[in-house]
Amino acid sequence: MQEITLTYDASYEGLLSAIFESYRLGIKVAKIVPIANYLDSLFEEPIHVETNLEWADRVKKGIGEKGGRAANQLLYRCFLSEQIDIELLILHFVQTAMKSHQDVTKNYRDEKILELHKIDKKIGREVHRMHAFVRFQKTKDNIFTSIVEPDFNVLPLIGDHFEKRYPAMQWLIYDITRHYGIFYNQEKIDFITFEEEDHQQLKQLSKEILTADEPDYQILWKSYFDSVNIPERNNRKLHLQHVPKRYWKYLTEK
Amino acid sequence: MNERIKEKLEILSDAAKYDVSCASSGSKRKNTKDGMGNSTGMGICHTYTQDGRCVSLLKILLTNYCIFDCAYCVSRKSNDVKRAAFTVKEVVDLTMNFYQRNYIEGLFLSSGIFKNPDYTMERLVRIAKELRTVHKFNGYIHLKTIPGASEELMQEAGLYADRLSVNIEMPSELSLKKVAPEKDFKSVLEPMGYLKEKIAENKEERKKSRKAPMFSPGGQSTQLVIGASPEKDLEILTLADDLYQQKSLKRVYYSGYIPISDDNRLPVIHQPPLIRENRLYQADWLMRFYGFKLGDIVDETHPDLDLTLDPKAAFALRNPAIFPIDINKADYEMILKVPGIGVKSAKKIVSARKFGVLREAHLRKMGLVWKRAKYFITCADHDFKFVGWKPELIREQISSKVLTKVANSNQLSLFD
Repeated sequence: MQEITLTYDASYEGLLSAIFESYRLGIKVAKIVPIANYLDSLFEEPIHVETNLEWADRVKKGIGEKGGRAANQLLYRCFLSEQIDIELLILHFVQTAMKSHQDVTKNYRDEKILELHKIDKKIGREVHRMHAFVRFQKTKDNIFTSIVEPDFNVLPLIGDHFEKRYPAMQWLIYDITRHYGIFYNQEKIDFITFEEEDHQQLKQLSKEILTADEPDYQILWKSYFDSVNIPERNNRKLHLQHVPKRYWKYLTEK
Repeated sequence: MNERIKEKLEILSDAAKYDVSCASSGSKRKNTKDGMGNSTGMGICHTYTQDGRCVSLLKILLTNYCIFDCAYCVSRKSNDVKRAAFTVKEVVDLTMNFYQRNYIEGLFLSSGIFKNPDYTMERLVRIAKELRTVHKFNGYIHLKTIPGASEELMQEAGLYADRLSVNIEMPSELSLKKVAPEKDFKSVLEPMGYLKEKIAENKEERKKSRKAPMFSPGGQSTQLVIGASPEKDLEILTLADDLYQQKSLKRVYYSGYIPISDDNRLPVIHQPPLIRENRLYQADWLMRFYGFKLGDIVDETHPDLDLTLDPKAAFALRNPAIFPIDINKADYEMILKVPGIGVKSAKKIVSARKFGVLREAHLRKMGLVWKRAKYFITCADHDFKFVGWKPELIREQISSKVLTKVANSNQLSLFD
């Protein structure tokens, strides 16, 4: 059978719709790629699959029946890695799960499933880093604002943590590389995107938009950070392992 | 900005940094809709110092004025250092503002002893109380219990704190008396015993009613200073094991002595014993998470941990009869004893083998340290005939080359 490439709109539901379509058409899949990333080829005729929420739900349900919430979580989190051909690993999982009588989620003998777990571990690490490295700055309109550049698209996974922690504050965490943020208004979280102009302003929050005492607390935090160091124990390698340099840009203490 | 606050913060965080406890874990505290902060049971390290230690809590002393003269402590009465004291309001303000900005998980508050233990403890408790009740702060609070403080104050501290701790510091009574004339084991162990009872009682109450107030839900911890006194690892780990068993401690911290003091009651050392400290933590982990008994790790014939080899590997090489372990058949508990296999990879192995036999190629990808584990296991297509079971040969393969070299040239005392 000829292998066919499917394209989708880059959303998770879109990917699940494409997987559903591959079953419906009974085709062998060569690749599944976001339509925007697809490079025209002389040798193949891709099929574009529109996102269909009902189809996506049926795939989720199917996965859930085989592997429960854990399996669905695993696949969604791995999808957020944006890794090239993550779609094929997810497709492999769905196909393996559907064929098997056992729950294959923990089948670490299967190289591709093991690979998914490795990706999931990286996602988990990045989520944890965001819990740790988000630094809020208080603006005059009382919004605690943080800019981040996470390795993976983890914002959808971190809102819950900050909502539980800061329910009585307004806060914004903005992913400057992916051009969107999560904004919490003391009631619910919304996904927001700024116009280009605001975007530039966000990159470096200027003193004018911050509260008067904000710089003071930043200085206090920095001096705290410096004075808890014990020079006799210096261990730069360990330090860099825990706080990789790419995160320094937005860390108040660095 | 108030320069005086900055100076106080520098003095009082510098003085607090030798307490190595950093955990913000072990306590679950839910937030309220109008409150600030929570604890989920898992701590978060918000940043790391240049020496690679986690910064999780705002760790400060309320004051470094102290009436005691403990040789190991920078704040001892006879030491000529700048002194400062925070007001209650200042500590509360720093905690709330640092927390709001996601710098910290909460507050670790200790203090030099001024006037008397009760007077000091009363102020620590007041800060915690104000954070919890006035500011609805539900983040992590670790309070030091001041030895000699009244039971009423300890009781109150437990109502606001997530974790309480009293530091033993010196691993034997003899050493403690030598360097801390005002202290003895009794003054430290008594409050620990009291808190243990209270924590256990509270757990029972909370089982009956979820509405019962929490009492130090993250338990208690302590710290032992390593290398400032002559105790062997056997004595140190025996004490730690007793503290875990008898006093139900959550954590014992080991703090390699840093030569902060020219006090002649303490030995002169050039470098803190960081490798020994690391080995003690490894041994501690083996006792708490890997099912090892104290006697598996140190005994009268091996009273000190091997600096060139981790204690798990050292155990394996002393007990060849247990190995090799068959990865496809052995119990989880036995797999955990294999050098190079941690809790996570042991669990993975047990899950994966349900789907079929495991071969070397599977194991190599599962995240265990193959170059260590391979000497101690068999699996479907791997046995260890290639080296045989010669502990000395294996030791050569897996021990730290750098450390062994240092040991052979008799310079290990440098690290000791």
